[in-house]
Amino acid sequence: MKRREFICKGAGAAALAGASLTIPGYSKLWGMNVPLAPYDLVAVKGGEPDVMFAKAMEALGGIGTFVKKGQTVLVKPNIGWDVVPERAGNTNPVLVKFVIQQCFQAGAKQVYVFDNTCDKWDRAYANSGIEQAVKDAGGKIAPGNTENYYQEVQIPDGKKLKNAKVHELVLQSDVFINMPVLKSHSSANLTICMKNLMGVVWDRGYWHRNDLNQCIADYCTYTKKPTLNVVDAYRVMMKNGPRGVSEADVSLMKSLIVSTDMVAADAAAAKLFGTTPEDVPYIGIADSMGIGKMQLDKLNINRIIL
Amino acid sequence: MHNRWLKKLRVILSLLFFLVITLLYLDFTGRIYHDVTLSLTHLQFVPSIILFIETGTGLALGFALILLLTLLFGRIYCSTLCPMGTLQDIFIYLTRRLSPRKIIFKHKKPNNWLRYSIIAVVVLSLLTGSLILVNFTDPYSMFGKIAHNLFLPARTLLNNIVAKGHSLLKLYYLYPVKWVPVNLAAFLLSFCWFLMVLILSIKRGRLYCNTVCPVGALLGLVARVSVFRIRLDKSLCNSCGKCSAVCKAECINPKDQGLDFSRCVGCMNCLSPCPEGGVRIEPFWKKEKVKITAFDPARRKFIGETGLLVAATFATGKIFAQDTIKETKREVIPATVPIFREHPVTPPGSLDRARFNSLCTACHLCVSACPTQVLQPSWIHYGLRGFLQPRMDYITSFCNFECDLCGKVCPTGAILELPLEEKKLVQMGIAKFIKENCIVYTKNTACGACSEHCPTKAVKMVPYKDKLTIPETTDKICIGCGACEYACPTDPKSIYVEGNPVHLLAEKPKEEKIKEITDYKEEFPF
Repeated sequence: MKRREFICKGAGAAALAGASLTIPGYSKLWGMNVPLAPYDLVAVKGGEPDVMFAKAMEALGGIGTFVKKGQTVLVKPNIGWDVVPERAGNTNPVLVKFVIQQCFQAGAKQVYVFDNTCDKWDRAYANSGIEQAVKDAGGKIAPGNTENYYQEVQIPDGKKLKNAKVHELVLQSDVFINMPVLKSHSSANLTICMKNLMGVVWDRGYWHRNDLNQCIADYCTYTKKPTLNVVDAYRVMMKNGPRGVSEADVSLMKSLIVSTDMVAADAAAAKLFGTTPEDVPYIGIADSMGIGKMQLDKLNINRIIL
Repeated sequence: MHNRWLKKLRVILSLLFFLVITLLYLDFTGRIYHDVTLSLTHLQFVPSIILFIETGTGLALGFALILLLTLLFGRIYCSTLCPMGTLQDIFIYLTRRLSPRKIIFKHKKPNNWLRYSIIAVVVLSLLTGSLILVNFTDPYSMFGKIAHNLFLPARTLLNNIVAKGHSLLKLYYLYPVKWVPVNLAAFLLSFCWFLMVLILSIKRGRLYCNTVCPVGALLGLVARVSVFRIRLDKSLCNSCGKCSAVCKAECINPKDQGLDFSRCVGCMNCLSPCPEGGVRIEPFWKKEKVKITAFDPARRKFIGETGLLVAATFATGKIFAQDTIKETKREVIPATVPIFREHPVTPPGSLDRARFNSLCTACHLCVSACPTQVLQPSWIHYGLRGFLQPRMDYITSFCNFECDLCGKVCPTGAILELPLEEKKLVQMGIAKFIKENCIVYTKNTACGACSEHCPTKAVKMVPYKDKLTIPETTDKICIGCGACEYACPTDPKSIYVEGNPVHLLAEKPKEEKIKEITDYKEEFPF
């Protein structure tokens, strides 16, 4: 090969490779992670859900850091229960609506929302106020009520959970925003980011039968991880979770935690709740498996009090 | 010309009623359960009688309206209101359209012996306090079973195929519905009945209504004395048989120019074909032109019997009121595998099992309407007397805390409509925990699925060992909704609901307001 030829061909190949990076979804192929944010975790306090999210995004360089033009986005709130927003059983609809609007502003092609609910799904979608929030924001609310939406995937790094059936939207979307609500939980002590992912798989009974805490951590090793985790701690169910019995269980905490690290977000949320990450078994397991970091003092945290 | 309009009106009205009732069964979005559409089920004869006996409200007087209509114009119920009647009309219409040769009905003698025997047996069975034969013969309830056990699975299948296509295109407007295996007994019964109705209607028009159906027989007795009747004007009739050829009830005899109005289902098909205009609706006092039809010696007897039958029907009210049923007592189950439920769980609003068993006609409307599909036809859970009556099936699903639809749709009052706040406290049963089956006990790992789903926290996780927690139940706040049983991942279940033969009222869970964190300016705890 002549020198000139080599240069020309090499330049062409490099250009092609570069171009492929701009095509949505291709970044995965190149083993690239989402661009590192200036902070490992942002915690906001004292504002309305939408205001706090806007502040957090400001600190992280805008929603455009995570959502690119033409991408499809999956927002996965907790819509587990047929209860009203005041009961704090589900993610705050105000936050859901705002996040979807932000995604569209960043140029998202479509934003999908679903959950594999515990109560009857269509009632939970409606009563939680999330169905309306999604529609108002122009997103699409998708069902997760039957098995045929779920596809079998392998989880090679899982200890107890080696495979699972995962909702097609998780597999097909370019961006995956995990948006749990912080709640007390009768089985897992607390439900935050990692526990919220239980709502993207079909067979939850398997997790319960086979060491729940290990399975929660195991699933988080699956390659399709959330691009961003947004913990809604505006209203927090302090006891009787995850369903709650009445509004008496709820505390108005007016807080929000945002991080790309599920373990860090869960650890911070646990502290916010008034407990320690060590008291939430799956956080420790996930940390030891290298899924994320629970040592908050070693992280670069931006704390915003409004 | 008005003759043709009468028939058209009948066709339009009957299709409307048929469509609304069928849609009530097929709607899984819950959009059409409004007071208006649901009130149409109050125009069903048997459910309306039961509702009246049970609640005594004026709203439940649908059956009285039907009797009045019958007394005035004959069997309007059979021609217009009864969905089973319209189903047969649809079969007849389709056969006439699709059959290569012309279908001509011929006059046949009535099967009075069979017809009145059936109604006598049904009424006698009522006197024993059992609705079982009514459940098998009431045309609305049988149509309901057909709609739920045949039409609904077909709807689900079709919907799920189309929804699959939708999801491939990421449209998500349509969604698949959870497939619940049909109750085999209910399916077979509905299928046989459907087949019988299909064959009878194709071969012999409305023979079913004039032989098998006790409501048809009863209204036929009333129609014998109705004010306005269809009859042939003997001064005009030339026995051409054109009216008889279209008579689905096979009750017009062109030879002796007679019309058996007790069998006439009021379809009014015979009015317009007469070239002489000799088939008319006339009041009974108007003298027939030529000669009076031969007096039917059976007639007087049956008029007398009508009174008896109506009285007997009302008398059953007394029987309903008494609880004559003995619950079979079995040994107390030892708290170990496998579980054995002593009492099936009846739906909220049914008040008690005996009452429910004596009022439900197993029309399966609540089973179709139930959003979580927890209501399923029973097999012999209630014994033979409650065959196919719905029960709470906690293996299939659980009762949604915020839902009271079954009470809204029930046409007989077997499931009463309770205010939602009251329904949330009705204790249908009590959760029983079997520690020996529980994951926490057998595997020493965390679970708590039962407690997660419990809407009142009657199932609570309490400290066990090594930081683990194990379920504990509080009977007085448990409502028996079955959420714990459904969610329990073990087989056999580690927690199940034992039915209350008589529903009780649970206590409201105590509400203790947690300490509010009010200082939003305080530093983060990390």
